[in-house]
Amino acid sequence: MAIFNLNINGKKQQVDVDPATPMLWVLRDHLNLVGTKYGCGIAACGACTIHLGGVAMRSCQLPVSQVGNQAITTIEGLSEKGDHPVQKAWLEHDVAQCGYCQAGQIMNAAAFLQNNPNPSDAEIEAAMNGNICRCGTYVRIKAAIKTAAGG
Amino acid sequence: MAIVKTTYGRRSFLKTSALAGGGMVLGFSWLASCQPTPEEVLAMPKEWFNINGFLKIGENGVVTIMSPNPEIGQNVKTSMPMIVAEELDVDWKNVIVEQAPLNTDLYVRQLAGGSQSIRQGWQSLRMAGATARQMLREATAQAWKVPVEEITTEAGVLHHKNSGKSAGYGEMAAAAAKVTVPKEVTLKEIKDFKIIGTSQKNVDGVNIVTGKPLFGLDYKRDGMLIAMIVHPPAFGLKLKSVDDSTARSMPGIKDVFTIQTFNDDYKKHMFDATAFPGLAVVVVGNTTWEVMNARKALKLEWEPMGEFSDTYAHFMTGALSSRKMPAALENTSEHMAKMAEMGAKLAKVARKDGDPEAAFKNAAQVIERNYSAPFLAHNTMEPMNFFAHVTADKAELVGPIQTPEYMEKSVAARLGLPLEKVDIQMTRQGGGFGRRLYGHFVVEAAVISQKVNAPIKLVYSREDDMTFGNYRPAYYATYRAALDANKNLIAFHVRAGGLPESPVAANRFPAGAVDNYLAEEWALDSNISIGAFRAPRSNFIAGAEQSFLDEVAEAAGKDPIEFRLELLDRALKNPVGADNDYEAARYAGVLELVRTKSNWGQQQPNVHRGVSAYFCHNSYVAQVIDLSIENGKPLIHKVHCAVDCGIVINPIAATNLAEGGIVDGIGHSLFSAMSFKDGFPEQNNFDKYRLIRNGEAPKAIEVHFVKNEIDPTGLGEPLNPPIMGALANALYKATGKRFYDQPFLAGKEVLG
Ligand code: FES
Ligand code: FES
Repeated sequence: MAIFNLNINGKKQQVDVDPATPMLWVLRDHLNLVGTKYGCGIAACGACTIHLGGVAMRSCQLPVSQVGNQAITTIEGLSEKGDHPVQKAWLEHDVAQCGYCQAGQIMNAAAFLQNNPNPSDAEIEAAMNGNICRCGTYVRIKAAIKTAAGG
Repeated sequence: MAIVKTTYGRRSFLKTSALAGGGMVLGFSWLASCQPTPEEVLAMPKEWFNINGFLKIGENGVVTIMSPNPEIGQNVKTSMPMIVAEELDVDWKNVIVEQAPLNTDLYVRQLAGGSQSIRQGWQSLRMAGATARQMLREATAQAWKVPVEEITTEAGVLHHKNSGKSAGYGEMAAAAAKVTVPKEVTLKEIKDFKIIGTSQKNVDGVNIVTGKPLFGLDYKRDGMLIAMIVHPPAFGLKLKSVDDSTARSMPGIKDVFTIQTFNDDYKKHMFDATAFPGLAVVVVGNTTWEVMNARKALKLEWEPMGEFSDTYAHFMTGALSSRKMPAALENTSEHMAKMAEMGAKLAKVARKDGDPEAAFKNAAQVIERNYSAPFLAHNTMEPMNFFAHVTADKAELVGPIQTPEYMEKSVAARLGLPLEKVDIQMTRQGGGFGRRLYGHFVVEAAVISQKVNAPIKLVYSREDDMTFGNYRPAYYATYRAALDANKNLIAFHVRAGGLPESPVAANRFPAGAVDNYLAEEWALDSNISIGAFRAPRSNFIAGAEQSFLDEVAEAAGKDPIEFRLELLDRALKNPVGADNDYEAARYAGVLELVRTKSNWGQQQPNVHRGVSAYFCHNSYVAQVIDLSIENGKPLIHKVHCAVDCGIVINPIAATNLAEGGIVDGIGHSLFSAMSFKDGFPEQNNFDKYRLIRNGEAPKAIEVHFVKNEIDPTGLGEPLNPPIMGALANALYKATGKRFYDQPFLAGKEVLG
C-alpha cells in the first residue's frame, strides 16, 4: 500500500492503495466516481476511458502509480453542468440505448475532437473503433460526433 | 370512440389516495386487462411481460409515472409512460418518470422480455391514463356543479366551455383521489394522439451522459464488501479441491469459501438455469482489485462431472421440462460433425402439407443447402452483478435483473425466508439481450451475504460472464426446394436442429405458400447451458431461410422480392393449411415498402444488394443491404429497413432500437462465435470474442415504419433476425460465393 495524491476533475484526492491498482478501480471503489465503467479489464472495449493530461486513456490499464501529477478528467468532470458539446450532441441524437458504454464513448470522442476538430468519417471510425457498444448505437455515435464538431 | 371496461380485478386493484400536499396517487396494475389466455401462453411461452405501477399527480400539476419494468436499453422507461401520459392528456414536459420497485403486494408479475412490453401493456397503459383523467373530470364536474360530459381536458388543464372555467390537474387532484373508480372509460381516438407518435428523448439521457450512478455495478452501501465467484472453467467439470492458503492472506481479503447456488432438493424454475450445479469458490474482500488478485492466487483442482438432468418448471404454466446434461468435455469440431450427421437423417415431423416426397421425386430441379451458426455469448456491456444484504430475518437485493419476481422466489427458497422478507430493487441495466432472465447471480449474492453476514456486491469479471454459459444455442439447418420444369416452386422442406434445441417454427412462411411442405426438427444433448438470446431461434433460422429463398429465386430466374411477393400472394389468396402464423398482406407490405424506399432494381456501380424479410415477435420487417468489398472486407454503405409494428409510440427510440437490432445481427453473423475445446470456452474476453466495431457498422440506416392504426407490437427483437439473410445475399452478389456458415468472416478473406 502507498499514498497517492491525485488531481481528479480539478480536485485534490488522496488514496492509500496497492500501487498496481488500475485507476479504474481507484475511481470506482475508492473515490466513488462510478461514471467510468468496467467492461473488459484488458483494454479491449473502451468503457473505462478517462483523460490523463488531456489524452484519452483506458483506466483499466493505468496503474495509479503511473499517474504522477498529471490531471485526470472523468465523465463526472467533463463539464460542470453536463453541457460539454459532446454531451449536448449525445442528448440531441438520443444516442444511448442501455447507456453503459456511453461514458467511455463520450470521453474518447471529446479527447479526439480536441485534437481533430473537423474529422472525416474515416477518422471518426478509426478513433472510435476501440469503443464497443453492444447495443449497436454506432450510427448515432458518429452523427453526434459530427454535430459536436459543428459540421 | 372506444369505451373500455376498467377491468381492474381483485389482485390488480386500483387504489386512490390523497397525497399529504393535496395531490393524488392512483395505483393500478398496468396489465390488468391483459391476463393471458392459455392459448396465448402456448403461443409465446418463453418470455412474458407483466408490469404494474402507479401515477401521482402533485398539487402543482406535475405528474409522476412509475415505470415498474426493467429498463435494459429498450427504452420502455420513456415509451411506456408516454402511453399513460397520452390518455391522461397531460403535457409530457410536466411528467417525471421513476423506476418503480418490485412490489409483490401490489403487482401480479414483473418480467422483461420477448418484445412484449408495449404490446402487452398497450391497452392497460391507456386505460390507466384514461381512468385518472376521467376521475379528474368527475371531481371537477362536482366542484363546478356541471355535467361531467361538459368537462374537457387539454394538456393537463380541465375546461368548462359554457362557464369559461378552467383548472389545472393539480388543483383537482386531491378531490379526484376521492372519486370512485369508474367502471368504464373512454379512450382517445388514435388521430387525436398528441404524445404517442412524437419523438421524446430518453428520460435517463442526462444522467447517462454525465456519468451518474445508474447501473447495478454502480450501487454502493456503507460497509459493503466485494465478492467474486469462481465457477468451473469448463462445461462438464466440477470442483475437486481448493487451496486458498495464499489467497486468504492477501491484502483486503475477508474470507474464501465454497457455496452451492441451489440446494439439491430445490425445485427450479426456468430462470434458475445453470450448467454448474455443484460447488463454486467465493472470494470476499474490501475492493474489486484486491478480490481479483486474490482469486488469481487460488489453487483449484477440477474433475469431470457425471451426467445430470436439469429439471425446471415453466414460469407461467409450471410445466416441467428436463434437459439431459451429458457427462462430457465437448468440442466444437465434434459438434459440427454431429449436427451435420443429424441433418442428413429423418427427424421429427413438425408439419407436413401435400405430398412432399412425391413432389421432390418428380421435380425437374432440387436445390439443397446446409446452414449453421455457433453458440453465442450475450456479452451485455455491464457484466452480471448484484448487491445483497441478508440478515437473520430479511434479504435486501439490488441490481440488474429481467426477472425480479422469479428470482425473489428463488432467493426466498434458498435462504429459507418467507417471500415477503425478500425484497429486490431494480437498477438500470447495462444491456439484457435475454442474459439477465437467468438470475443465478442474484441467488449467489444472497448466499454469499448470508455467509459473511455483511452487505456484499457480487461482481462477475468479463471472463466470468463470458464463460458461464446460458448461450445462444448452436444450430444447423438443411433446406430443400423442388422446382418443376417451368421453374415453379412445388415443394419446400426444412430440417433443422441444434444443441440442445431446434430452431424450427413450422408454421411460419413459406408454410402456407407452397402446396408440398415439410418441416422436421431434431435436437442433440449438450452440457453447455443455453438461454434466450435476442429473438430466440429466429436469430438463426430467419437468416438461413432468407438466404435459401434467395438461392431458390435465382434458380427460378426471378427477382428475389418478386419471388417472395408471389408466394405471399398465394398465401393470402389461397393459403395451404390452416395454422399459418403470419398475415401475408402485412408481410408483403413491408417488402413493398422496402422495395420503394430502397429504389430496388436501380443499380449503383460497385454496390451489391441483398434483401430479406421476416416475421417474428409479432412484427414484420424487410431489409435491403447495400455493400461493396473494400480491402477484402465488406463495407456496408446503407441498410434500408421497413417495419410494421403497428402504432409507433416514440419514433426516435424505435428507430434507435431498430438500428441496434440491425447492427447486432450484422455483427454476430459476420464475426462472433463461442467455441469449445474439451469443454473449455476458447473465448473469454473481447480480445478473442469479436464484437462488431464502429467502423464495421453500416454507414447509414434508414428505418421506415408502416403507418397504420394497428395496436403496437414489439421492436426489441424482430429487427435482428432477417438482417443476417440480407447480408448473406448481398455478400453473394459481391463475391459470387454463398455464405452458409456463421460467422461469415471467421478466418476468411472475402474477395470481391
Ligand atoms: S474496461 Fe478498460 S478497455 Fe474495457
Ligand atoms: S448503449 Fe448499451 S452498450 Fe452502448
